Amino acid sequence: MGMAQRKVIYTPFPQAVPNIPVIDAANCPKIQKDKCGACASVSDPRCIDFKQQDTVITEDIGAIIVATGYQLMPNERFGEYGYGKIKDVISGLQFERLASASGPTGGEIRRPSDGKTPKNVVFIQCVGSRDEKKGVSYCSKICCMYTAKHTMLYKHKVHDGQSYVFYMDIRAGGKRYEEFVRRAIEHDGAMYLRGRVSRVYERDGKVIVQGADTLSGNQVEIEADMVVLATAIVSREGADTMAQKLGIGYDKYKFYNEYHPKLKPVETVTAGIFLAGTCVGPMDIPESVSMGSAAASKVLALFSNDQMAREPITANVNRTTCNGCWDCLVACPYSAIEEDAVKNRQGIVLKMLAKVNEGVCQGCGVCVAACRSKSIDLRGYTDEQVYAALAAF
Amino acid sequence: MSSHTQHEQTGGFEPKIVAFVCNWCTYAGADLAGTSRMEYKPNVRIIKLPCTGRIDPLFIIKAFEKGADGVLVSGCHPGDCHYTTGNYHARRRWIAFKNLMDFVGIDSQRLHFSWVSASEAIKWVDLVNNITDEVKKLGPFVEYKSLGDRQ
Repeated sequence: MGMAQRKVIYTPFPQAVPNIPVIDAANCPKIQKDKCGACASVSDPRCIDFKQQDTVITEDIGAIIVATGYQLMPNERFGEYGYGKIKDVISGLQFERLASASGPTGGEIRRPSDGKTPKNVVFIQCVGSRDEKKGVSYCSKICCMYTAKHTMLYKHKVHDGQSYVFYMDIRAGGKRYEEFVRRAIEHDGAMYLRGRVSRVYERDGKVIVQGADTLSGNQVEIEADMVVLATAIVSREGADTMAQKLGIGYDKYKFYNEYHPKLKPVETVTAGIFLAGTCVGPMDIPESVSMGSAAASKVLALFSNDQMAREPITANVNRTTCNGCWDCLVACPYSAIEEDAVKNRQGIVLKMLAKVNEGVCQGCGVCVAACRSKSIDLRGYTDEQVYAALAAF
Repeated sequence: MSSHTQHEQTGGFEPKIVAFVCNWCTYAGADLAGTSRMEYKPNVRIIKLPCTGRIDPLFIIKAFEKGADGVLVSGCHPGDCHYTTGNYHARRRWIAFKNLMDFVGIDSQRLHFSWVSASEAIKWVDLVNNITDEVKKLGPFVEYKSLGDRQ
């Protein structure tokens, strides 16, 4: 996050899985200039291979769980909050690192500009969330809770500090969530101000936050030492191309679609592909964990059967009228059409006809519409059935 | 046919619109409109197919013959087809047959093609409302209906 220096060989974070060091290839002198290599000399040399390259691994798999997660909306989009221009305006994730015992300051809250302990910290919620004009229309869901947590962490580390939170609504829906926010306000003295911030600027080493308190109807100006932005959750870059590769649906924010929002929340329309976590939409840790567990058990249920149940909707060739033009073979996206030989008693091939491999056919019906001699029909959606439906109007 | 004329005289003509939709995107989008309790014009009759690629152009002609005043074809957005490429087949077929439909006497204003994804309930509602209004202005489409009656 650009808050401290790290070595070229490092463990990403203490709880990383797998918990092994990685090399930053772009900055490693051994890889770039063939100099140094000190790390290999102090560890078992077999552990470090500087020549390792990215490889494409091909595996046959039975199911896929998509858990690609989220990213934050770029803070720079909100110029009025000064992110990127004012050093002491940081994001929630950066605050998380400041408060972390394994973070750049060893868990002491120090502001980035001069390393001093900030005595007044302003938290701004809904940066990009619920803001159709500049951000996204949805609520990012987790910010109310982590901001409350941040105010508590701050108070526990800086006893004489004061935190201020600008919010639109406090959305603490969840077991013991409301009580948690009340604790931040009543026990740890976080000052919650209902209203939006209009401007953040620097004056005499302070970060001045101007905003409205809509409950008292007053304009407020706070001389803060540090500002923390609760930035909106957005889908990961490339989420749409990933969805197209997998054949699963996504919405206008590029979050993936469940098969059914209520009854099939971890399945997708494509058999064998399941979803977990924030690739579906903003959600907090408990929700992501339960979704991951649900997806894993769905996969285990799928694998525990000796036989796989399939949709009975498949294409079906009328062998008396098929003339082997192979329009269907060209049209089929699954290569489910095979060439089947018709032989006489002497075993001589008389003609080749189309045959549907029912294990491969997904029942889209593209071949049916492509067939010029009307020799293929789709079970469940035959021409006759469609015409009967039309006649009923 | 006579009932159509009567309706027109009283100004109460309600068009029949047949929508051929795919199971995975537009049908799911229409379903979402329902579960989200959105309201839209009741003139649309949905025929669900697995994919827009399943649509035989003959279905559209048959729909007009059976009394449809407008036809809507809607499926997944390009690139998002559940069956990978079915909607591309539909699009190509649409381009090839649209002029032919015009040639056989079907006013192209009565034919609509759209992409509605499973999350676009609002788009579906707007689409149905707009097409209903448009077809209402055109009045009843009786030419093909009379062909059907003759059979």
